Amino acid sequence: MDVVLLSRLQFAAATMFHFLFVPLTLGLSVLIAYMETRYVQTEDETYLRMTKFWGKLFLINFALGVVTGITLEFQFGTNWSRYSEFVGDIFGSLLAIEATTSFFLESTLIGVWVFGWKKLSKKAHAACMWLIAIAGNLSAVWILIANGWMQHPVGFDIRNGRAELVDFRAVVTNSFAWLEFLHVVAGAFVLGAFFVMGISAWHLLKKQNTDFFTRSFRIALPFGLAAALFVSVVGDFHGAHVAEVQPEKLAAMEAHWETKTNVPFYLLVVPDEKNETNLLEMIEIPGLLSFLVTGDVNGEVRGLKEFPKEDRPPVLITFTAFRIMVALGTYFIIITLIGLFLRKNLADSPIYLQVMLCSIPLPYIANLAGWIVAEVGRQPWIVYKIMRTADAASPIAASQVGISLVAFILVYGLLGAVGFWLIARNAAKGPETANLAVN
Amino acid sequence: MELQITWFFLWGLLWAVFFMTDGFDFGIGTLLPFMAKNDKEKRTMIAAMGPFWDGNEVWLIAAGGVTFAAFPILYATMFSSLYAALMLILFALILRGVAMEFRSKVENDSWRGIWDMCIFIGSAAPAVLFGVAFANIFKGFPIDANGYHGTLLGLLNGYGLLGGILFLFLFLEHGALWLCIKTEGELQARAYRFANGVWWVMLTVALLFLIATKYETRLYDNYYANPVLFLLLIVNVAAFVQTKFFLMKKAYFTAWFSSALAIVCCIFFGIIGLFPTVFPSSIDDAYSLTAFNSSSSPLTLKIMLAVVLIFVPLVIAYQTWAYFLFKDKVSKEDLEEAY
Repeated sequence: MDVVLLSRLQFAAATMFHFLFVPLTLGLSVLIAYMETRYVQTEDETYLRMTKFWGKLFLINFALGVVTGITLEFQFGTNWSRYSEFVGDIFGSLLAIEATTSFFLESTLIGVWVFGWKKLSKKAHAACMWLIAIAGNLSAVWILIANGWMQHPVGFDIRNGRAELVDFRAVVTNSFAWLEFLHVVAGAFVLGAFFVMGISAWHLLKKQNTDFFTRSFRIALPFGLAAALFVSVVGDFHGAHVAEVQPEKLAAMEAHWETKTNVPFYLLVVPDEKNETNLLEMIEIPGLLSFLVTGDVNGEVRGLKEFPKEDRPPVLITFTAFRIMVALGTYFIIITLIGLFLRKNLADSPIYLQVMLCSIPLPYIANLAGWIVAEVGRQPWIVYKIMRTADAASPIAASQVGISLVAFILVYGLLGAVGFWLIARNAAKGPETANLAVN
Repeated sequence: MELQITWFFLWGLLWAVFFMTDGFDFGIGTLLPFMAKNDKEKRTMIAAMGPFWDGNEVWLIAAGGVTFAAFPILYATMFSSLYAALMLILFALILRGVAMEFRSKVENDSWRGIWDMCIFIGSAAPAVLFGVAFANIFKGFPIDANGYHGTLLGLLNGYGLLGGILFLFLFLEHGALWLCIKTEGELQARAYRFANGVWWVMLTVALLFLIATKYETRLYDNYYANPVLFLLLIVNVAAFVQTKFFLMKKAYFTAWFSSALAIVCCIFFGIIGLFPTVFPSSIDDAYSLTAFNSSSSPLTLKIMLAVVLIFVPLVIAYQTWAYFLFKDKVSKEDLEEAY
């Protein structure tokens, strides 16, 4: 294997592993901040126990998110040095801004929150969690502005063989980046909500700590429903924008080959990349794809054949990941809507609880699938239409990358397994008994 | 021009602050298997850095990010050239981070033993490797128009290793002093004795390094050209002496602060000697990367300067607040709360 492919595999492994933990950090921090605020407002001890119980799971997850993030910061230099030289002016500065404005705050306050129960007033301690939640989500803003620039580069000139910054405002107001941010963060909130609902469901099924977990479930439920609705609405806008600025990606997401007007949407499609067609197209909804993309059932949707073969993204991966994401996104809305009707009798709805328990992994899959659409769908470009991925890797020996790739898989696999085992173990243990929690 | 010079020193400052803060965590982590006699003492040592290490580590992320933003060509060349060494550092830091969180979660001796070992490796290895890396930067790399020709073993030359040992002892002293501040009783007495004894080793290694630097690098050229710069070395030595002085007076915080100053001086000794080079070629100066030929555009440098001038003081302010919040000895509650 060549150094480009190995570096891509390593980057994919490192990033996707990182993104197993980040969404929960983003979503759960908001829920915990809310629980702790309720504790300050009501002095109801259950809220404090909730804060501590979910906080413990949050911290294990947070540690894995942080350590896997550090390697990402340096991987652009180690594995993608040609890319780094080319984009440092813009991309590098966004990463540096993320560290100085957001990550510092989040990491410093995590220590304060863990050790500060006695040192801070209740209000200040709750405020600390809000700041952690805000800083984490602010990090996502900067990272997605950086990714948004790779997807839809703006505000630069090619000078001295590099992309040099000419308009910083254009970079930070890039609409692609903001749609991406809203979509990703809402997806993270869905994941956080399903995590809380799933674990609560497990305890409710076992009929233990019923009050504690019914209330946890009911906090997460409306949050999850709102996030699930939001993620699909923003996703719709995002998709229409992708059609405008990255038509090849949109065509690959839909496995749409010929440029046509009044394009239907097929529920079942099997793409055949080699012959530039689909083996199977079933259950037609007339005009729907045109409508989704252009807002008009007779609108024109550009097909893959319009673009030279060497500029097209891999169709099967992009298409499949997109279908999985959309199907799961729809499921999240339906299942949380059902929850809304059952919320008063959760403890007596074992089937629903079973379903919610089994749903814990689904938002993880949806979030990762979303990233595959965004990143694989951008290929063969590392910076869309400006730099090809094949030209971006470091001029280093493939063997070096091969060894580090194996090390990544082994170390991450092991730590991930231990991490999830610890989360599961502590989740199963349940909250501290009542009067212990205060001290 | 002025912008690039400013950024050169800011770049050095961020690395210096990283070593000054996370340095004591590396020291404590390295001491963990040797200084603690039982699990409670181990937990006390970990809790002594518990509220801080996460925030301290971000200085590394900031230093890396700023290298990327201000000197993208340096970022690309340095990290791809030193690929294997950097990967080792990153894996070590990953182990340290998860070990701190995982260790306390299961009450079982062999479980905790594994993570103690990870904390040790994850602290000692980066300490040594960062020293090796910086000593090699001072010395220069076999780099020419065709790129980098070195190997991982090539970095482990005598001078590089001496740099690694220097960093390790700087951090051991720094960590032991922090333990004096945060612990009591027998553990503190042990930390005190260690800090007292290891000070002599640290000083000897530092002096050896200064002498070796004369023969192995060209760092002193800048000092000979501007003899007033030798003041920095005097301050550096004074900071070392102060460390010992206040330690003997049991003024632990002042001693730790002196040690912090000494670490910053050590880094700046090298940074000033390098100026304006950031990645020297040992083959031909024409291939050396400098602050002038590896920097971003003036606009990026300006924007980043504004960001750093606003946010870094803010970061220092809230981190200082956090340090004061947890300035007291590790308490029983601290151990129950987290570790």
